Amino acid sequence: MSSSTAVRTLAAARASSTTEPAFVRFGLLGVALAFLGLFLIVPVAVVFEQAFAKGGATYLAAVGEPEALAALRLTLITAAIVVPVNLVFGLAAAWAIAKFEFTGKSALITLIDLPFAVSPVISGMVFVLLFGARGLFGPWLDAHGLKIIFATPGIVIATMFVTLPLVARELIPLMHAHGTEEEEAAVSLGAGGWQTFFRVTLPNIKWGVLYGVILCNARAMGEFGAVSVVSGHIRGVTNTLPLHVEILYNEYNSAAAFAVASLLAALALVTLVAKRLVESKAHSGRNGLTASTGERKEQDEH
Amino acid sequence: MKKHSVLPGFGLTMGFTLLYLGLLVLIPLSMAFLKASSLSWDQFWHIVTAPRVLASYRLSFGASFAAALINAGFGLLVAWVLVRYSFPGRAIVDGLVDLPFALPTAVGGLALTATYAPTGWIGAKLAAVGIKAAYSPLGVVIALTFIGLPFVVRTVQPVLVDLEREVEEAAATLGANRLQTFRQIILPAVFPSVLTGFALAFARALGEYGSVVFISGNMPMRTEIVPLLIMTKLDQFDYAGATAIAVVMLVISFGLLFAINILQWLNARRLSAA
Repeated sequence: MSSSTAVRTLAAARASSTTEPAFVRFGLLGVALAFLGLFLIVPVAVVFEQAFAKGGATYLAAVGEPEALAALRLTLITAAIVVPVNLVFGLAAAWAIAKFEFTGKSALITLIDLPFAVSPVISGMVFVLLFGARGLFGPWLDAHGLKIIFATPGIVIATMFVTLPLVARELIPLMHAHGTEEEEAAVSLGAGGWQTFFRVTLPNIKWGVLYGVILCNARAMGEFGAVSVVSGHIRGVTNTLPLHVEILYNEYNSAAAFAVASLLAALALVTLVAKRLVESKAHSGRNGLTASTGERKEQDEH
Repeated sequence: MKKHSVLPGFGLTMGFTLLYLGLLVLIPLSMAFLKASSLSWDQFWHIVTAPRVLASYRLSFGASFAAALINAGFGLLVAWVLVRYSFPGRAIVDGLVDLPFALPTAVGGLALTATYAPTGWIGAKLAAVGIKAAYSPLGVVIALTFIGLPFVVRTVQPVLVDLEREVEEAAATLGANRLQTFRQIILPAVFPSVLTGFALAFARALGEYGSVVFISGNMPMRTEIVPLLIMTKLDQFDYAGATAIAVVMLVISFGLLFAINILQWLNARRLSAA
């Protein structure tokens, strides 16, 4: 037996010892794909099938009607306010948590996670208790002619609450992994705080920032439960796209409901693709950094 | 409180973080407890133990538990297939696992209803064998399985990637068959992450609203989940009633969050010890 065949037999034996027989592999793969098919792929396909079931003209009419456009506008406005605010919060929280040592850090991180643990309906409810007509600040707001609940500000605030953790959770581990050496070097060379942040920190975390923004945006545009509580469902005024879908569906206007839903489903698919692209970038950035710090350590030793 | 550092900006960023969290999270959430405290204990107890409310707890907890259990089993399987087998379209399937995170819950609910209703693609086949999927408790389980699907897959996947093949080889060399290796080597290694994923999926399912309301049919005593009951009470301006039930759910959610944090801390300690 030549040495190369011996190696090959050994490799084959090694592979067969840590994997399953072919029929088991195909069986497991089949069951896994069937599960994903039943719960993910078929339902999403059904959305698009139902959206176009009555033809392209019905689809365009449903998507182009004034109330749908008003809902789209409100959804875009909400995201345009919520995403930048939560981005600033995420950057500030990540800077404080990842670059400094202090007591109570894990309690603070848990606090940031809190909105994820709260049911969307309860998230909306607490703002009704604060700003609603019978809420804590209700009479005061009323006396000053201000309206938060059943109006755009309520929708924006509830969405802000629900999407609060998304950017921060992405940036805290990323900035922590980068450490503080580069920033300390910049500061010791005389750079100011903002200069250090924009020229040292931000370039390192830019893909992570984009990743967080993508997730935050998808959730902000798609939030349903919390927004449903504070919106009041006034057609053409306080309806976001997901709420518009619900109203159409409850009116048995199923073709229009699925047409608008297909827009949101398309947004979700675009989000998944964008997320995947940015994910690989964010990862390679992280690896690049560890490689370069490794080199620097070696140089230090010499 | 803070250890010395040469970096600037701690006061500014920490101040903003605490202010933002205080205004947007702490004050609003404490409103729920404040409002509930305006009720006497008897009133509170009467509201949160009414038969319709008890029925909704049973459904919410039962369906969330069943859905998380389904996801624990199938999530482990999906993670295994994605990490260990190569097949055409694997990257696409891997990406699709996150769909329930990206898809608005209302759209998810609509999609599942259309699929599992008696007239739908899958619902018709189930109806033919006498199974009613949509507009029944089973529909609630289906919706909660959908929204919890990514959790187990995404917590188990990195653990499976890090699993050292040498240990499996050693087991095989020592005469273990594949099933024994799986039960005695692989399963104990991934079990903590399966449990974490299960807890995350369960916690998410308990509060879920959007995807369930379309498929459940929303019949009081039968297919009414707790968040829907809170919503109904809010629509009737019964704020005290809604808040009392919400406080019960908040306490349970915070308990779960605490348990999940401990689980993740234990996992991290195991990993660093290994």
